[in-house]
Amino acid sequence: MSDDTTLDILLWIVLPYFVLAIFILGHVWRFRTDQYTVTSRSSQLYESKLLRFGSPLFHYGIIAVFFGHLMGLLIPQRWTDAIGITESMYHWGAFAMGIVASAVTAGGIMILAWRRTTNDRVKTVTPVGDKIMFGLLGLSILLGIVATLFNLEGSYNYREGLSIWFRNFWTLNPDASLMASAPLFFQLHVLMALVLFAIWPFSRLVHAFTIPFGYLNRPYILYRSRDDTERKPRPGWAKSDIPEVPGPATSRRRK
Amino acid sequence: MRVMAQMSMVMNLDKCIGCHTCSVTCKQAWTNRDGTEYMWFNNVETRPGQGYPRGYEDQEKWKGGWELDKRGKLRQKGGGRLKKLMTLFANPLLPDIDDYYEPWTYEYDNLLNAPAQKNIPTAPPKSQLTGKPIDVQWSGNWDDDLGGTYANKDKDPMIRGIEEKVQLEFDQTFMFYLPRICEHCMNPTCVAACPSGAIYKRSEDGVVLVDQDDCRGWRMCVSGCPYKKVYFNHKTGKAEKCTFCYPRLELGEPTICAETCVGRLRYIGLVLYDADRVTEAASTPDEKDLYEAQKDLILDPYDPEVMAAAESGGIPYDWILAAQNSPIFKLIKEYEVALPLHPEYRTLPMVWYIPPLSPMVDSVADSGFDAEDADNLFAAIDTLRIPVEYLANLFTAGDVPTVERVLYRMAAMRSYMRDVDLGREPKEGIANAVAMTGETMQDMYRLLAIAKYDERYVIPRGHGESAHNLEGVGTDCPLNSEGGPGMAEESEGAGMAGPGYAAKREESNVPRPGEGRVNLLNWDGKGVPQGLFPEPTGGTA
Ligand code: HEM
Ligand code: SF4
Ligand code: SF4
Ligand code: SF4
Repeated sequence: MSDDTTLDILLWIVLPYFVLAIFILGHVWRFRTDQYTVTSRSSQLYESKLLRFGSPLFHYGIIAVFFGHLMGLLIPQRWTDAIGITESMYHWGAFAMGIVASAVTAGGIMILAWRRTTNDRVKTVTPVGDKIMFGLLGLSILLGIVATLFNLEGSYNYREGLSIWFRNFWTLNPDASLMASAPLFFQLHVLMALVLFAIWPFSRLVHAFTIPFGYLNRPYILYRSRDDTERKPRPGWAKSDIPEVPGPATSRRRK
Repeated sequence: MRVMAQMSMVMNLDKCIGCHTCSVTCKQAWTNRDGTEYMWFNNVETRPGQGYPRGYEDQEKWKGGWELDKRGKLRQKGGGRLKKLMTLFANPLLPDIDDYYEPWTYEYDNLLNAPAQKNIPTAPPKSQLTGKPIDVQWSGNWDDDLGGTYANKDKDPMIRGIEEKVQLEFDQTFMFYLPRICEHCMNPTCVAACPSGAIYKRSEDGVVLVDQDDCRGWRMCVSGCPYKKVYFNHKTGKAEKCTFCYPRLELGEPTICAETCVGRLRYIGLVLYDADRVTEAASTPDEKDLYEAQKDLILDPYDPEVMAAAESGGIPYDWILAAQNSPIFKLIKEYEVALPLHPEYRTLPMVWYIPPLSPMVDSVADSGFDAEDADNLFAAIDTLRIPVEYLANLFTAGDVPTVERVLYRMAAMRSYMRDVDLGREPKEGIANAVAMTGETMQDMYRLLAIAKYDERYVIPRGHGESAHNLEGVGTDCPLNSEGGPGMAEESEGAGMAGPGYAAKREESNVPRPGEGRVNLLNWDGKGVPQGLFPEPTGGTA
């Protein structure tokens, strides 16, 4: 660790923890104060022919990419070694799956970006925030693909470098040199992703944390009492000091 | 038995003149904001016609509402929970803006800023979505008064199956107006379809609302509702729908659409129903029995057992009294002249209609016979198959005898009352012919023809034991936008402030909400909510 330059420490230790803090606190803040703007902000009403291809391609792709990253970053090489998977088998397997997932994702996001820039209706409802987010997201994906392609032969084994850095980061035992020695495109990919994570909580990407799993086991018809729920002041709402409107004094609370 | 109260409406279609006042006043009150241009919580469609959005009744296409599976169990026509989650990314059953219409305004600036010129300047239309000039081809009410309806009649889903007859007997053209609002269903598919659980039925009065904080813009409710009465706000990315004007109901005022109805054809009141039997009623095997099944759910508010169950269920006494005086109960259960719109969707809708007799009356009158003679009218109902079948497609899932029975009653009333008006001895036989007595006939006439404001609207005031206030907090009302109607603090006379509203506020000593905190409900989706940030930041989407 002693050989690390200040820049290395800033980029691969300070920045990541800083981004982590923004990511967590940002989401806590956003969900506590600003539920009203948390939405997928669908633009399907304007245009659905392209969206019907682009959006599922992109989303299913990005979900696959996410799990791919988890596998590559979290599973130590000695585990795969232990069950007899050689580095080259792993490399080509991961490469094949990765390239399919990223092609689907990239294809999807390209359709979405094309739609956003060519359809007049969609264009007019794309705020600056969305454009920045789209740019960063697109760049992260692009750099990830480039890094992989530049490493076709597997000369850089990220599971001996980047992945260990990643795990050490989470065990609060960070090691900047592992990242500092990674190839340029891997470094750029990670940096771009860090910037994306930093704006995440403030962008429409928050919708990724609202997957409605609760739908799977709840009754279809929901009732809420005016008394119990709605009138509770909620964070982000204007506070009201208006007293109750008097009515006949009967209790009408339900279980 | 679990007794619940449901606020409901009945509209007497014979009286609707198709003036669209209701649509406009509702729009001015609730949907005059960005992103809501195309929303018509209340719309009036000419029937036969495609309705709004175009052809919304074609459930083979839109898959709204419920259906029975092979074992006779109720399921969403648009697919179950897993399917909804898998198709979140792009909803395959969502109408797009062209199924509604592209909202537009006019270049009014042209009129004011045009330089001196030979020709009068014009205000060409421009799209409210893109701001570009558009060639207006369709709107919410393009086929008003049958404009183009017969050219497009195959597009009215309700004419399918009887289209040859309509063509053959073209001289028997008929039309009537159908004002529509959200049905505040007892078994709403919009609620069932919402993955986030943001839509709910209010347990006090059955009003169906969208919680604007909980909605995540998955737009499944839009597809789920077979009446297409949930709209997607394309600026805020959240669903909005008719609120039954609940801030007004809570003060004992009728909804805006009812209050301003020129024909005075709307009735509002409570019914008590048995919530335990809702699913059972909605699962009635034969579509044609759904009307009866739903009618059976509605309980007799004079029945001591029902009253006791209502009390123990937490329904206050004045609400039970209101249910007893309810014009809705009378029209649905006592006189049996109101029918639900499309019971076959199995959502158990709670805005009911008295079908129009006017097609028959007009036809008799046109042929030179006495249009107030019961026998002539009965004969017309029997022979004018097309209007009757059409009405049956709308109101009874195709069950013609039920519609006929209602029309007979309306015809009998017309004839019976003529004698009364002319000072002649009324003929009890006419009333008996439709299984009524002269007395109930006169009562029904009173309610339908001359009932005053407080007989048409029997609305008990809301109880706010633990409520902070009845409209200031706005709760999940999507409509409290800047300058919107929920912002009573801005102008007392605007929006939901009905007659006597100011006095009521005064009387209940309701101060205005204070300023100082961030109110996201004031925010129209443009830019950054006031006071949320010290400075706007670029990253906020
Ligand atoms: C797994 C949970 C997720 C769900 C249920 C979800 C759902 C949605 C929905 C419904 C839309 C709106 C599509 C429309 O316009 O109708 C959307 C848009 C979008 N989502 Fe997701 N999403 C998820 C995760 C993600 C993730 C992880 C990312 C990125 C890393 C992402 C990026 C985007 C982007 C960029 C758009 C905008 C697409 C466009 O309109 O051009 N989503 N998402
Ligand atoms: S009519 Fe209203 S309550 Fe019924 S399903 Fe549609 S939106 Fe929901
Ligand atoms: S009840 Fe209110 S919100 Fe609903 S349609 Fe009528 S005026 Fe509009
Ligand atoms: S205001 Fe009344 S009469 Fe006029 S269109 Fe609406 S419902 Fe019909």
